[in-house]
Amino acid sequence: MPFTRKDLLGIRELSVEEITTILDTAGSFKEVSARAIKKVPALRGKTVINLFFEASTRTRTSFEIAAKRLSADAVNISASTSSVSKGESLIDTAQNLQAMAPDAIVIRHPSPGVPHQLSKMVSASIINGGDGAHEHPTQALLDAFTIREHKGRICGLQVAIVGDIMHSRVARSNVHLLTKLGAHVRIAGPRTLVPLGYQSIISSCEGSLTVCDHIDGAITGSDVVMMLRIQRERMTDAFFPSLKEYSSQYGLTLRRLELAASDCIVMHPGPINRGIEISSEVVDSARSLILDQVTNGVAVRMAILFLLIGTEAQ
Amino acid sequence: MKLLIKGGRVIDPSQPIDQISDLLIEDGRVKSIGESLRDDGASVIDANGLVVSPGFIDLHVHLREPGEEYKETIASGAAAAAAGGFTSICAMPNTKPVNDNASVTRFIIDKAREANLARVYPVGAITRESKGEELAEMAEMKAAGAVAVSDDGRPVMNSQVMRHAMEYARDHGLIVVDHCQDLHLAAGGVMNEGRNSTLLGLKGMSGAAEELHVARDLRLAELTGARVHIAHISTAGSVEMVRRAKREGLAVTCEVTPHHLALTDAAVLGFDTNTKMSPPLRSEEDRVALIEAARDGTIDAIATDHAPHHLDEKMFEYDRAPFGVVGLETALGVALMVLYHSGSIPLARIIEMMTFGPARAFSLPGGTLTKGASADITVFDPDREWTVDPKKFKSKSRNTPFAGTRLRGSVVSTLVAGRAVFSV
Repeated sequence: MPFTRKDLLGIRELSVEEITTILDTAGSFKEVSARAIKKVPALRGKTVINLFFEASTRTRTSFEIAAKRLSADAVNISASTSSVSKGESLIDTAQNLQAMAPDAIVIRHPSPGVPHQLSKMVSASIINGGDGAHEHPTQALLDAFTIREHKGRICGLQVAIVGDIMHSRVARSNVHLLTKLGAHVRIAGPRTLVPLGYQSIISSCEGSLTVCDHIDGAITGSDVVMMLRIQRERMTDAFFPSLKEYSSQYGLTLRRLELAASDCIVMHPGPINRGIEISSEVVDSARSLILDQVTNGVAVRMAILFLLIGTEAQ
Repeated sequence: MKLLIKGGRVIDPSQPIDQISDLLIEDGRVKSIGESLRDDGASVIDANGLVVSPGFIDLHVHLREPGEEYKETIASGAAAAAAGGFTSICAMPNTKPVNDNASVTRFIIDKAREANLARVYPVGAITRESKGEELAEMAEMKAAGAVAVSDDGRPVMNSQVMRHAMEYARDHGLIVVDHCQDLHLAAGGVMNEGRNSTLLGLKGMSGAAEELHVARDLRLAELTGARVHIAHISTAGSVEMVRRAKREGLAVTCEVTPHHLALTDAAVLGFDTNTKMSPPLRSEEDRVALIEAARDGTIDAIATDHAPHHLDEKMFEYDRAPFGVVGLETALGVALMVLYHSGSIPLARIIEMMTFGPARAFSLPGGTLTKGASADITVFDPDREWTVDPKKFKSKSRNTPFAGTRLRGSVVSTLVAGRAVFSV
């Protein structure tokens, strides 16, 4: 199926066919990274700007490598949100970028909706690299790719997502993607960090979404356990009492993992807090696919860039 | 000076009147209403097919002057009001400086007199600089012309301060107007808390943040005997509390904005910052409850919460853009579209909420066409369809969620004391 969108803003608006197209295309690109010469000419002459308003090592590097392996020119701009305090508004940012005639702009921003606002102002393809607590579509796609690679399917799987659901764009994008593809997602985290009525965010789909009262209920029988990073500042905002208590109540340990299916895989979008939301034993166990996720991230982002701005694709 | 408005449907809920009549104005006052009035020497306005109503009164506008004249001035705001059919507007005190003393109150009144368009009634602050700590000089502001007090936008969090404010305001015949919101519970919120805020990852403001303060204010009103007015009421829970309080005889009134009657938080889904205001657009369930409260009389007034912001300010990220939308020039069209054309609320009831209802709530003159009353009159076409084009606004600002919306109902002529301050 051809991919005709100008932008990749979120998972919520994608169809199952579009998601499958991205994942299949990523499959054909994964092999490129295993070659001695890791480069194909697919995007020669194209310019990709990575515009990051938030600190990021993994996602920015992943996009940069993806662009370069496709022979595109990649430029990184680390902007601080202080451009706002300098008086630069979104429209000025957009116009300046437009003036450099990029083909794609990968944007990460702490405010939800900025990629959507920018997409209306520039003709380049906008790729959402994470907007506040809204969406992180490329992360969800690489997670789905990784799950599919190890389980052979997504439909019918039991997936637990545990942690700070409220502030997590990774959780939102994964909930949309996995339920669209027919997985049964169970959410757990301190009630303070799970928005009221969270189970209502999915539209009619083959999968389902359940909010559990405790981590044990979420991971029991799970095929996939996805842990989210907990941020220290949530503690000072009275979301939970202490990291120690968070770890004992919501941390993933080998012992807790015994509740899951025997072939359960463990994922984490990174960066991880060892010993807080996930124990070192779990991170370093054979069940952990955390590094596979990073590897697959490059292939998935190559696929997205290719589908959005590759001339052959158009 | 005589003016005859001929053949219009005169609707004045204060009397009440709803009939095809002529209306004769002499020396700026209503002289008589009747059939086939003689027009000797009078100029004539043909109101055939139009509605003739008391001039609209808006209890809640932000005129931004002094201090933020790039957003709006008293003159541009009064012109926008006239274009929207409003003959009287109440100016909220959150200017720079805050209207917390008689000098600022007098400044506003002087500026409004110079503009000589819609009447402007200043609302003074409850506390100094609206900081919620010390009481502002209410009696002096009242003497200078303030009609009510409010810390709109920065609600008084300390209940003891609010109690004192009510007791003191009561002594001086001032209505206490509250923007009901628990600032801790709503902290950081930029839209209604619900499915849509969860979808968008934007921080929500729970309806409970409003309801907590509505409950507090009703209890304090009972305790102090003050007259309390709930500004821009927005949740089903809030209107239910006000409905019950009114039934029990409490001196409480409330207003609703056209945008809360017309829109829900689903409007935020495209991240248009012109859907960002406080209180935020709520759920469909809340919207339906507001319409019901408008129908059954729980709501006293339709007020716009006209809050001009410059285009540059609204062009920021959704969570950084300022709260507020303009409303004076779309109020009639939106109210008629939602309540009359698509709803089933009689025209007379809608006009009551724009005239006599607000006049009674704030004890303002106007809102009536009784013989001898000042001829503040709005003539409008309830059926004319038009498309909102913000570039045509008299307001200096363009921040409306209704740009491009097809509305039904538009103002033909606005008279203040018998003088046309707006006509198409």
